[in-house]
Amino acid sequence: MNKPIRRVSIFCLVLILALMVRTNWVQGVQADSLASNTHNDRNKYDRYAYPRGNIIVDGERVTSSDFVDGLRYKYKRSWVNGPLYAPVTGYSSQSFGSSQLESLEDGFLAGTDDRLFFRNTLDMLTGKEKQGGDVVTTINAKAQKAAFEGLGNKKGAVVALDPATGAILALVSTPSYDPGTFAGGGDADTKAWTDLNADANKPMLNRALRETYPPGSTFKLVTAAAAFENNVFQNIDDKTETPDPYTLPGTTTELKNESANEPCEGATLKVGMDFSCNTVYGKIGADLGRDKMREQAEKFGFNTTVDTPIRAVQSFYPKGSSPDGTALDAIGQHDTRATPLQMAMVASAIANNGSLMQPYLVAQERSANLTTISQHSAKQLGQAISPATAQKLQDMMVSVVQNGTGKNAQIPGTTVGGKTGTAQHGEGNNGLPFAWFVSYAKGADNKSVAVAVVVEDGSNNRDGISGGRLAAPIAKAVMQATLTK
Amino acid sequence: MTITPQGTPNRRNTELALLAFAVLLPVLAYANVGLAIDGSLPAGMLGYGLGMGALALVAHLVMRRWAPYADPLLLPLATLLNGLGVVMIWRLDKAGKLLAKNYPAAANQLMWSALGIAFFIVVMVFLKDHRVLQRYTYISMAVALVLLAAPAFFPSRDADFGAKIWIHLGPLSFQPGEFAKIILTVFFAGYLMVKRDALALASRRFMGLYLPRGRDLGPIIAIWLVSLLILIFENDLGSSFLFFGLFVVMLYVATERTSWIIFGLLMSVGGAVVVGSTASHVKTRIDAWLDPMAAFSGKGGSDQIGQSLMAMGSGGVTGSGLGQGRSWLIGFAAKSDFIIGSFGEELGLTGLMAIFMVYALIVQRGLRTAIAARDPFGKLFAVGLSSALALQVFVVAGGVTGLIPLTGMTMPFMAQGGSSVVANWALIAILLKISDSARRPGVEPAPASET
Repeated sequence: MNKPIRRVSIFCLVLILALMVRTNWVQGVQADSLASNTHNDRNKYDRYAYPRGNIIVDGERVTSSDFVDGLRYKYKRSWVNGPLYAPVTGYSSQSFGSSQLESLEDGFLAGTDDRLFFRNTLDMLTGKEKQGGDVVTTINAKAQKAAFEGLGNKKGAVVALDPATGAILALVSTPSYDPGTFAGGGDADTKAWTDLNADANKPMLNRALRETYPPGSTFKLVTAAAAFENNVFQNIDDKTETPDPYTLPGTTTELKNESANEPCEGATLKVGMDFSCNTVYGKIGADLGRDKMREQAEKFGFNTTVDTPIRAVQSFYPKGSSPDGTALDAIGQHDTRATPLQMAMVASAIANNGSLMQPYLVAQERSANLTTISQHSAKQLGQAISPATAQKLQDMMVSVVQNGTGKNAQIPGTTVGGKTGTAQHGEGNNGLPFAWFVSYAKGADNKSVAVAVVVEDGSNNRDGISGGRLAAPIAKAVMQATLTK
Repeated sequence: MTITPQGTPNRRNTELALLAFAVLLPVLAYANVGLAIDGSLPAGMLGYGLGMGALALVAHLVMRRWAPYADPLLLPLATLLNGLGVVMIWRLDKAGKLLAKNYPAAANQLMWSALGIAFFIVVMVFLKDHRVLQRYTYISMAVALVLLAAPAFFPSRDADFGAKIWIHLGPLSFQPGEFAKIILTVFFAGYLMVKRDALALASRRFMGLYLPRGRDLGPIIAIWLVSLLILIFENDLGSSFLFFGLFVVMLYVATERTSWIIFGLLMSVGGAVVVGSTASHVKTRIDAWLDPMAAFSGKGGSDQIGQSLMAMGSGGVTGSGLGQGRSWLIGFAAKSDFIIGSFGEELGLTGLMAIFMVYALIVQRGLRTAIAARDPFGKLFAVGLSSALALQVFVVAGGVTGLIPLTGMTMPFMAQGGSSVVANWALIAILLKISDSARRPGVEPAPASET
């Protein structure tokens, strides 16, 4: 009987070997895909199994991790000043996923990023608790605070950029929310999450990056840029042949200005800008035609997606408008739509002699022991306009603040240029207009800043709303906060 | 046919040294879990170590007295698996406490292990000679069939999840299949030892195969049907596969005829096709095997295999470390049927390879004992017990790792479950007794006649 027993031994060996081969397959070959399977809740729990790295603003962390010692989740995310920084940090919730930097930089904050592998291995060997890396933002705490307080309880958004580098200095959206209210998995968190999602004011909408508005008169900067770039005008004091009112081409509709008393008829480009004459810039746009207008708008970043890395939605300049539509497009009405970020980019390109820099939010990624792992280097998106054009536009913007609709943004001793906008919207334009202010300021030591402010429904009555009155003071506060030490 | 006894050294000291290691390793694992979860050495560590050590020592001393020539590896290997199993169950208890499912399974398992070793000692002391069991061939058959059939007559509980393999008596539950495994092996060995010549020789050639006579073929058909009946009425794929496979293996060893293997394969394939296409319970298992992740996309079914595979995948090659995984995600079965998945996550591929090696060594020592045994009954008995263990390990671990459809048996020695631990300790005791008589220097009476 020994021969069959030997064969049975081989059979048993084959059985065990089959198990071993299978286990090698599962734990060796398939391990990564099984480990990262979306149904593998370990990943969710791992994210909160040890202190998460932090998001840093001006050297101070604006996030932290609280030890809660749950079975599933050991830590819970918390925010130092949640509503203020929510449009930057986003949320990181045990139950409801994550967004914005918390989501985009998750691998780094959670410490699972490959670039942290060496450090993690070292920590594992020395028995130190695993820690995520920190993400250092470009946000200027004072500017952020000024913008947030400036908006107050109004709905709106502010974006401030450093024109020279593209660094985002302020990114504010109101009303805001506190991501800490739903960071956990309890009933209160679920209620907070449900309430926030049901809120008609959409507090979780990042208005600075994810909402487009008709840019209104602030878009006249782009129209003026197109006029100079296409050599239709050479000088800001060139006279235009504009009737007042201006009849939209191909129609009998009359385009009017805010008030008939304004010196818009045959005005110069500069005066047209100072008084924000719709007739002047509507006609320039229509004369240039939709393609030249669109080319200029696209050079400023319209119709492209910008990742800061938080993705901003595309600002839109239409392709197929009829001539009368183009006249309206050119004054930021009709189909033209822009994010606050986009209008800040327009101002920053003008302030930076035509060079448009890639807007960015993350300056550095560094490991828990403060070693820099990655460092952003400024990157040019393109030359939006020539330096000569930029100079002319700067002169016009400064004039708007000195003599025109933007007086509320004046800062003594500092060069400030700006452009107001009061954008109509809604069915038959009967919604309350949006108040815009797009500006830049140059302070001492070549420091400069470009700011775009939009305020939705800033007042109960239509007459109370204007970019100069509502938005300009906010922009001024942000610029002051950035330029003063 | 048999191996001439040589002056075999008794190897009891080797066993003692190995045993010390087999006790130390789970104690260290226990400390490891405590440090990983609580950051301190577990309070019960000393008691646990001393308890396990004392049990192992008593078993060893009993062997010195009653089975001095037995194989030195089997006891330490079984102790190691049992110890690691208890540690894992304790570890999962700790997670269960946090999950508000506080259930002192580890303490129970430790108690059952003690009972298992007590059973082991009883077998050691009172089973003077394994050949005595030959006398109970037909009684064994009857007892085994009663044991197997019994669960069908007891109401099942929700917690049994489909398979009717338990007998519930008040708070106690008892899984008779584990004992039936041993008792049925007694019947097979006894029956085949008597019938093997008839089965091997008195047959007609048909299409190149040797077909046995109907009266010799009867029992295998009967067993096949019984195994299918168990499968159908108790939804117990594992046991039916185990008993059928066991019978074919023993038949093959007894008759040395390959044709039995072919018959066995044909019949099991036929049975599997019939049952697989009729029983919905079996079909569910096969569907879960083909697409383990289906349960997550709302297609119903159990998510256990998917959870087990993800646990193993997250463990990877080196594992998350004892106490640092989340195998409780597998659910209630993490410490019973799916304990291999738990080990896979926390000890990784490396740990599972080692565990499979330990099982392979137990099986190998058992089969080595079969070769060394001097009597055909002992040979058949040892082959039966060893291959039953191998088949069980294959069926359970194969199901948990997704190699074959899940059948729901327990991992010998490791999984939580009293009947299983006690029965497997008895199995090891019998193997040791056979090995003792096989390796005993020539003071034995002449081998039993090989009729």
